[in-house]
Amino acid sequence: MKMVHIKDLIYRYFTRDDDNNIVETIEAIAGVNMDVEQGQFIAILGHNGSGKSSLAKHINGLLQPAEGAVYVKGMNTADEDEIWQIRQTAGIVLQNPDNQIIGNIVEEDVAFGPENIGVPTEDIWRRVAQSLEAVGMEAFRLSSPGRLSGGQKQRVAIAGILAMEPECIILDEPTAMLDPKGREDVIRTIHQLNREKGITIILITHKMDEVVEADKLFVMDHGKVVMSGTPKEVFSDVEQIKKYRLEVPHATELAYELRKEGIPLPESIMTKEELVEALCRLN
Amino acid sequence: MLREITIGQYYRADSIIHKLDPRTKIMGTILFIISLFIGRSLAAYIAAVLLLGLVIKISTVPFSFMVRGLKAVFAILVFSVVINMFFIPGTVILDFGFADISREGLQTAVLMAVRLVFLILGSSLMTLTTTPNQLTDGMEKLLSPLKRIRVPVHEIAMMMSIALRFIPILTEELDKIMKAQMARGAEYDQGNLLNKMKSLVPILVPLFLSSVRRANDLAMAMESRCYRGGEGRTKMKPLVYEKRDYISYIVVYLYLALMIMIRFNM
Repeated sequence: MKMVHIKDLIYRYFTRDDDNNIVETIEAIAGVNMDVEQGQFIAILGHNGSGKSSLAKHINGLLQPAEGAVYVKGMNTADEDEIWQIRQTAGIVLQNPDNQIIGNIVEEDVAFGPENIGVPTEDIWRRVAQSLEAVGMEAFRLSSPGRLSGGQKQRVAIAGILAMEPECIILDEPTAMLDPKGREDVIRTIHQLNREKGITIILITHKMDEVVEADKLFVMDHGKVVMSGTPKEVFSDVEQIKKYRLEVPHATELAYELRKEGIPLPESIMTKEELVEALCRLN
Repeated sequence: MLREITIGQYYRADSIIHKLDPRTKIMGTILFIISLFIGRSLAAYIAAVLLLGLVIKISTVPFSFMVRGLKAVFAILVFSVVINMFFIPGTVILDFGFADISREGLQTAVLMAVRLVFLILGSSLMTLTTTPNQLTDGMEKLLSPLKRIRVPVHEIAMMMSIALRFIPILTEELDKIMKAQMARGAEYDQGNLLNKMKSLVPILVPLFLSSVRRANDLAMAMESRCYRGGEGRTKMKPLVYEKRDYISYIVVYLYLALMIMIRFNM
């Protein structure tokens, strides 16, 4: 069974005037089809306003489709009886770490999810310990969230989702407000979760360097999926990516510029190492 | 300057008083306050001093911390003493011409002052040894019978603990907004009271706006983590009475009985 199955999804925002009449209708998502297999690491890319965040919130049932449907492990997000099961199966980590931490102590925050789904007390302690360990934050278990750095807070937020033992984690621009060090920690953590625990990851971002190791990329623009494929496939078309106001990874960009100058480099370069190797092979 | 605002003044230590169930501490404090209003004689106050002194000693909270709580209400204390001293009629012992102090007035004033000091010491001992979260937990559990008459006890407790969580975040934000406005030439301590109040408007508007935005985000985060009210919720740290709590209750009730006996000369 597919982890996530999105079918002809349409979502609209309405702008209203003072008398509550609809002035303007914006299609944030304009007919998206998407399939995510279990255990995959998926990245959804797009410029601001491309609809990628709205899409993420649909998978978790925080937003309901105007048309079409979203299925998580065969459960329809529009079905109210299944919504809590869906949210347990597919957890979401949001952009601002401050606004999603509920507890006053790290361990109490991680326990919030399990408490809500009625996990017995002893089990909560086990889950909290395991989740904090999985994100490398066990040393901060008794800290107050206010004293943590952005990256640490975001890892606590991930632990909070992990404690519900989900099969899929959606991360909506988790690194947008972090410094480079925090960003690196968070990205490493989610790769680890994907590899070691087999958790399906759906990473929403506009930073290309974070997605080179993903299994599959989807590029969104104006509410539509405009490109999809493995990172190599997607990044080989540098011109098209730039058209969608996105940047390619630095190494790819450099290779692209060199290729334009007539140096015969392959189109599939994504990392510094690959670039170095390709350059050395030239003579 | 804004960093100094703290709600609750928890003193971290590892004493038996700290480990007591918050419910025990809340109930104990309430009973202690009641006892202060039962007792009127010297003997009663000696009993109260002994109990309070003993509990402070066990709690290992330095006495200077306790006195800090008194400083804040010093003005009220002086005010009530003065009012009582001058305005209660009786046998005059000191006459200033325009006002006089009566024996009864002096007695009441001293009694009042001692009561107030004990009351503040007793309740600050509770907040010093209990984290705000434990306090809300304790109150939720103590008030839970009110659920039957449809008082949303769980929701109130959740709101209190979220408010506590966001106080430092919002003060930081307030600080940021003020600095941003100051960088553009805003002045907050100029002119009369009206002007000062007016200059707060450009701070409060963005602060409210961002609070609403944060609330929206938080609601979404809570919903995505399956929050649906208090029904069917389990607790990571459920409140359970232990032996030390029962012993404390016995001590407090014995003390209360003693106070009643002293009052009615039994």
